[in-house]
Amino acid sequence: MTVGTHSPRSPLGPPGPRSPVRPADGGTDADPPGPARAERVSAFAQQHGALVTLVVAVLAAWLSFDTFMTTDNMQNMAVSSAFLAVVALGTTFVIVTGGIDLSVGSLFALGGVLAAWGSRYGSAVALLLPLAVCGLVGFVNGLLISRSRLAPFIVTLAAMLGARGILLAVTDEGSRTYLVDEDSFFATLGQGKVLGVGAPVWITVGLFVAGAVVLRRSRFGQYVYAVGGNEDAAALMGVPVARTKTAVYTLSGLCAGLAGALNAAWLVSGVTILGSGMELEAISAVVIGGTLLSGGFGFLSGSLVGVLLLKVIQNVINQIGSLDSAYQQVVSGGFLAVVVVAQTWLGRRRRVL
Amino acid sequence: MPAHPAGPAAVLSAAGLSKTFPGVRALDGVDFTVRAGEVHALIGENGAGKSTLIKVLTGVYRPDPPAAPGAGVLTYDGSEVEFATPLEAQHAGISTIYQEVDLVPLMSVARNLFLGWEPRGRLGLIDFRRMHREADAALRDLGVRVDVRRPLRELGVGVQQMVALARAVSVDARVVVMDEPTSSLEPREVVTLFGVIRMLRERGIAVIYVSHRLDELYEVCDTVTVLRDGRSVHTGPIAGLDRLRLVSLMLGRELGDVRDQGLTRFSGSHDTAAEPVLRAEELTVRHQLHGVSLTVRPGEVVGLGGLLGSGRSETAKAIAGALPPDSGRVVVAGVPVRTGSTPAAIRAGVSLLPEDRKAEGIVPGLSVRENIALAALPGLSRFGLVDEARIDRVVATFMKRLRIKASGPHQKVGELSGGNQQKVLLARWLAMNPKVLLLDEPTRGIDVGAKAEVQKLIDELADDGLGVLLISSDMEELIEGSDRVVVLKDGAVVEELAGDAVTEDRLLRAVAAMPADVPADVPADVPVDVPAVRTASGGDDD
Repeated sequence: MTVGTHSPRSPLGPPGPRSPVRPADGGTDADPPGPARAERVSAFAQQHGALVTLVVAVLAAWLSFDTFMTTDNMQNMAVSSAFLAVVALGTTFVIVTGGIDLSVGSLFALGGVLAAWGSRYGSAVALLLPLAVCGLVGFVNGLLISRSRLAPFIVTLAAMLGARGILLAVTDEGSRTYLVDEDSFFATLGQGKVLGVGAPVWITVGLFVAGAVVLRRSRFGQYVYAVGGNEDAAALMGVPVARTKTAVYTLSGLCAGLAGALNAAWLVSGVTILGSGMELEAISAVVIGGTLLSGGFGFLSGSLVGVLLLKVIQNVINQIGSLDSAYQQVVSGGFLAVVVVAQTWLGRRRRVL
Repeated sequence: MPAHPAGPAAVLSAAGLSKTFPGVRALDGVDFTVRAGEVHALIGENGAGKSTLIKVLTGVYRPDPPAAPGAGVLTYDGSEVEFATPLEAQHAGISTIYQEVDLVPLMSVARNLFLGWEPRGRLGLIDFRRMHREADAALRDLGVRVDVRRPLRELGVGVQQMVALARAVSVDARVVVMDEPTSSLEPREVVTLFGVIRMLRERGIAVIYVSHRLDELYEVCDTVTVLRDGRSVHTGPIAGLDRLRLVSLMLGRELGDVRDQGLTRFSGSHDTAAEPVLRAEELTVRHQLHGVSLTVRPGEVVGLGGLLGSGRSETAKAIAGALPPDSGRVVVAGVPVRTGSTPAAIRAGVSLLPEDRKAEGIVPGLSVRENIALAALPGLSRFGLVDEARIDRVVATFMKRLRIKASGPHQKVGELSGGNQQKVLLARWLAMNPKVLLLDEPTRGIDVGAKAEVQKLIDELADDGLGVLLISSDMEELIEGSDRVVVLKDGAVVEELAGDAVTEDRLLRAVAAMPADVPADVPADVPVDVPAVRTASGGDDD
């Protein structure tokens, strides 16, 4: 049944004969016909606002700078977006459940260092070690949040500090940088190209497709939305709330570790100073992409668009040589503020109906 | 357990079930049995244990471990069961519709309907086409036509309730529990709901139906169990069970019971000739109040009677500005007050002592002094600075006058007894110099001695010229404490009793919505397996 302008409300009648449309007989909970369009407009803005902005930004940059739409620049942007995008993938799941994960920036750095350190024992270790460690940290986060009912903010803040600590311990206070053998298979995961596009980009695209299928089409995905939408109701409806939460934080840890490992493969070294503030960048990207910070609503394609938008803005500011790169953050921050205000406003409008 | 002689097999039964929370025994050896194809009403006043029983039956709470062999066990489908989670109960075939619509508003209708048991196709992925088709069909069965892909929150509460109902009946349920299912439904939706219930009965599904609306029980239920203070005090067929008797079972009052003198500390009546200090006119709140009007004169205690859910607290809240009415007026001392604004009501001289003093009233971590001064602070400060000396004087006055037993004004309120906490709250509002005092269950949960003190205090306050609106589930308190009693039912005034007409019998009749001239004899053949309650003598007319 399509939603016409005046049939959104179901006709509720006795089980016998049914009238097609029920007039709003004094029932204020019948949706008024007028705002249905406004509703659709705000829904569109929430779901595709970031995409529209991205297209506009790309077009503007293309017209303004000769150096923007070059193969080199595009490839650079794509690869550097890939790592943030993988982190944001996990963050999206967490935020849809109504949680937050501040540990991903540290885990990203830790993952990179562990991968570089492990690469001396072979590519499998380089890849699996960061996944195991970061996944474990995420799992513990999840357990503390879901079973011990601690606030996600505090738990993941502790994990963020703890992961930094492990990183410093592994690298002798950050003084040692482990290198990756450039000829190893592991290095090709970061350096290789397929059809002229960097391997990290392909991996990211693959992960997003898989992630989207899980979020939209699997039962687990429904649980993720339900937990974020109304945790108590979800529990009463039989959703395994604790298990779902544990799973999303584990996933978030895994994503951060993988992103770190891929980044190390790309840089062929485990750089210790990376990743600080990345958790906030990932959260910004997810929110800009239309996911509600309060949980229950969001989608992965939006997060991908959010990541690209942040990276395009950074790139454009770099292109304007006269502008200090510090302004990147001012612009990104301003952008985030606009998006959050718009979200709140749209959300309020939709709820008023 | 009292076994019924014949009839279909019991699907779900509890024997001697208990549930203890810290400090409270919510269920105390409850026996409860529901049979296939039976619609079983579960009734009782606030705190009787209905919600707890339902939550134990549906796996939300675990019952206390069996005290004795065979006691405290849950039997489902002939075997002993223990549900650890709601999911286990659901898988076993017990589904529940909760009072508040407990669904996920941001998710679509179909996703809500199928959450946790979505139809899946290849690779274990959800088959959305099938899910939408089946959701649509399930809702059409209930007479609801709606785009099942729309987010639930865009739909009215009634439709949401129907989605919850569809969810409950489309799983292969053998027991469907409905907790106040009609509280947010339109009359025609109620008709649909009853149709569904009858359909369930025909299919041999057991329905547990919780409601405060007696009319509904008589219309749709076969059996009734009355809970009181965590015990089941009556189980039997509802047909032939007198309405008045049902109410007296719920309230724990015997018809024709000789009133114990001196149980309450209220003294005689007050001067009631003056102009009303409070006039509420046609207060209407959707689904809750339907044109409630009442007046309170200075020096008068007006009781507000009715069963739980009849709109007593809502009326008080609407008058105090805590519940914005859709229409209606509140006039205090001849001046109309802006409705829906607590500050406006307080300025006009209306003070509400809320029902749940823990959640809505006291701040346990603050001292007696701070708690009393909290609301009156604006009046006790000058240029934004608090006038400490004046606060000390006010606090000292009220602690003395209300006989608040505390080690001193700086003791934390959380350390006081319930009665003294209530007095602190009362002092807070009296410090505002109110003209009208709205008291919602002022003596609930406090011990007998403190109760008498609070009752005496109410009397004194009225003597001082305050208008008092008293809400109480305690019949005695209402009758002896009030000069007049306004009785509510389903959010509307059904009766107003004044003077000599304020008697227990008249009040029970009004609460049960029975006309006063109909004799209310209990038919002799009604099976009564109620050890706790003496046989009713039937109500003689005045």
